[in-house]
Amino acid sequence: MHKIMKLGTIAATAMVAAGAVSAGTLEKVREAGELACGVSEGVPGFSNPNSDGVWVGLDADFCRAVAAAVLGDANAVRYVPLASKQKVLAVSSGQVDMTSRTTTWTMKRDSAEGVDFTAVVYYDGQGFMVSAEAGINSAKEMDGATVCVTTGTTTELNLADFGRANNLSLEPVVFEGKREAVDAYALGRCDALTTDMSQLAAFRTSFADPSAHKILPEVISKEPLAPLVAHGDNQWKDIVTWVVYGIITAEELGVTQANVADMAANSADPSVQRMLGSSGDTGGFIGLSSTWMLDAISAVGNYGEIYERNLTETLGLERGLNAQWKDGGILYAMPIR
Amino acid sequence: MSFTKRTAKPGFSVQNIGSALSQAVVLTVVLGIVYVLFTNTQENLALRGIESGFEFLDHEAGLPIGDSLIAYNPTRSYGYAFLVGILNTLFVSFLAVVFATILGVFVGIARVSHNWLLAKVAAIYVETLRNLPLLLTLFFIYSVVLAALPHPRAAIELVEGVYLSKRGFYLPRPMAEAGFSIFLTAALAALALGLGFWRWAVTYKMRTGRPMPGFWGGLGIFVILTGIAYLATGRPISSELPVYAGFNFKGGLAMKPEFASLLIGLVLYTAAYIGENVRSGIQSVQAGQIEAANALGVSNAVVTRKVLLPQALRVTIPATTNDYASLVKNSSLAVAIGYPDMVSIGGTIIGQNGQAVEIIGMWMAVYLTINLIISLGMNYLNARVLHVER
Repeated sequence: MHKIMKLGTIAATAMVAAGAVSAGTLEKVREAGELACGVSEGVPGFSNPNSDGVWVGLDADFCRAVAAAVLGDANAVRYVPLASKQKVLAVSSGQVDMTSRTTTWTMKRDSAEGVDFTAVVYYDGQGFMVSAEAGINSAKEMDGATVCVTTGTTTELNLADFGRANNLSLEPVVFEGKREAVDAYALGRCDALTTDMSQLAAFRTSFADPSAHKILPEVISKEPLAPLVAHGDNQWKDIVTWVVYGIITAEELGVTQANVADMAANSADPSVQRMLGSSGDTGGFIGLSSTWMLDAISAVGNYGEIYERNLTETLGLERGLNAQWKDGGILYAMPIR
Repeated sequence: MSFTKRTAKPGFSVQNIGSALSQAVVLTVVLGIVYVLFTNTQENLALRGIESGFEFLDHEAGLPIGDSLIAYNPTRSYGYAFLVGILNTLFVSFLAVVFATILGVFVGIARVSHNWLLAKVAAIYVETLRNLPLLLTLFFIYSVVLAALPHPRAAIELVEGVYLSKRGFYLPRPMAEAGFSIFLTAALAALALGLGFWRWAVTYKMRTGRPMPGFWGGLGIFVILTGIAYLATGRPISSELPVYAGFNFKGGLAMKPEFASLLIGLVLYTAAYIGENVRSGIQSVQAGQIEAANALGVSNAVVTRKVLLPQALRVTIPATTNDYASLVKNSSLAVAIGYPDMVSIGGTIIGQNGQAVEIIGMWMAVYLTINLIISLGMNYLNARVLHVER
């Protein structure tokens, strides 16, 4: 009931809000002095409050990076936890300025739901986790299995597609929240849990005995996760897009949180000079100050540092697809010039 | 003595015109606000490139549903998927209303019982259930159900073909064999005979004043005749037993833990409220009437049926109407424990096509319709009870 009311409120906001969302998010953020950033309701490694109540994770760091680039203050972020089915509406209605919350870039959302995707921050894919004692090694052996899944996501659809494509009868048990789905799986209600691979790894580490659970090798979908902005404000979309590219480029160029000030002053690399504002004015292209990336990198570091801090150290995730293109991954930021 | 009617006669007076004008103004303002909201919504949706309208109901849903009363697969349309949700909502609400009423009546009677233990147990039950949020109760029941039951590999076999496990409660499914239609006809005839006997017994008792066990006699006629017909037609009902294969049971009838938990939660929660309605109804009947009936030597059962209930129901029914309505609305908490009710399936549809305004509108329309129907039915019942009392 509570969820419905929350959703209803957002829908009502969408109805009443004046049609002036199409421009001026940058002015709105500057005026408010803070960035309203939609995050998940708690996904370890991506956006999750730590024991001090501070939001940490890869997605939370991208909120910080945007706030630092726009306002010069990485802490000027108001985190708004959003359930899966609220996220699109919250952005299109202007309740939040952007989301950074493990949202899959799909054609339908990008074109017909009033939101735009910016740049991919994580290449994920949906997989299955099963109990080790079930003795199965491939998702294709799961005929007749019961699968716990979260509602309001592309996950449900992928599960049905996978079953249809491989002629498997899979029985879904659909939960409102991720936590409930994971708990039901842990209690043995389902033979398998399905969600993005990164989250399976995160949830596996949270079990009493992680070795009793096995993540199956099949990746059944492409899940490019990207921040969302409202459709129609091109300048704001450019800002979020290029902050993401800047963070990725910083790793490629060897700019880190520790050396960014030094690089800004002394680097002889023209690419670094352009990005950090030592020569030219890349920030001016998108209405920001010339030190936009200097501020962002000082606040959160480069992509490699963000990944290491949030995903490798705590969850033990490999870089995999999310390695730089030079290192065998598909992370490829557009050139900043 | 003469009375003048105080109701205003239709006619032209300054007062009337003023009142009519002010009502017209209020109505115009309200309609105007609704109109502005509607057009503004349409404009905003179009401006942001959000689809609107109900065309999506015909599109392929693609979403999986775990527990459905009608045959469903992901190639069906969104509209059909939503219908599955509506039926699930109706099914769980209907069963919960029936069981909550039965349990509630027992609880209410126990509350006013002279048996100290029974009254206290009922009081503790009512106070506990009424003072806990239903959501917590549901989580608790669901966790306990799941934690207590074994994996289907080691399912508890109650009797042959009846299994209890974390995957649910599996029963044999009755299957019609050759000769079933003859048997069905015979059974219906037996039912008619039984009912006929019951009616005859009632009129006989009214006419002669001699007792005649109409209900039990009618039931006996039905059971015996049906039994003979079953054997005579060569046992035309077989059963399909659930069999454990691979991951889960296949075949048979299944009641899933989500459905069971939701049903138990709704029944326990609502029965606490209905119990209180029944208690207040019973206590609203003056003790003097019961004592008078007892003094005349009328049996307790007859006092309850003929003196207590008709008067107690007048107090109980209106309050219970509200509880039935709450029960239907509370069934939307299904989403928290994974039962695919209308809200759960609608939520999935929103996640996939983003048309929240339409889906929320559909939710509201369905709940409104269900609850208005409940209200109508209960008002009819209430009117009948009032009539009986006069």
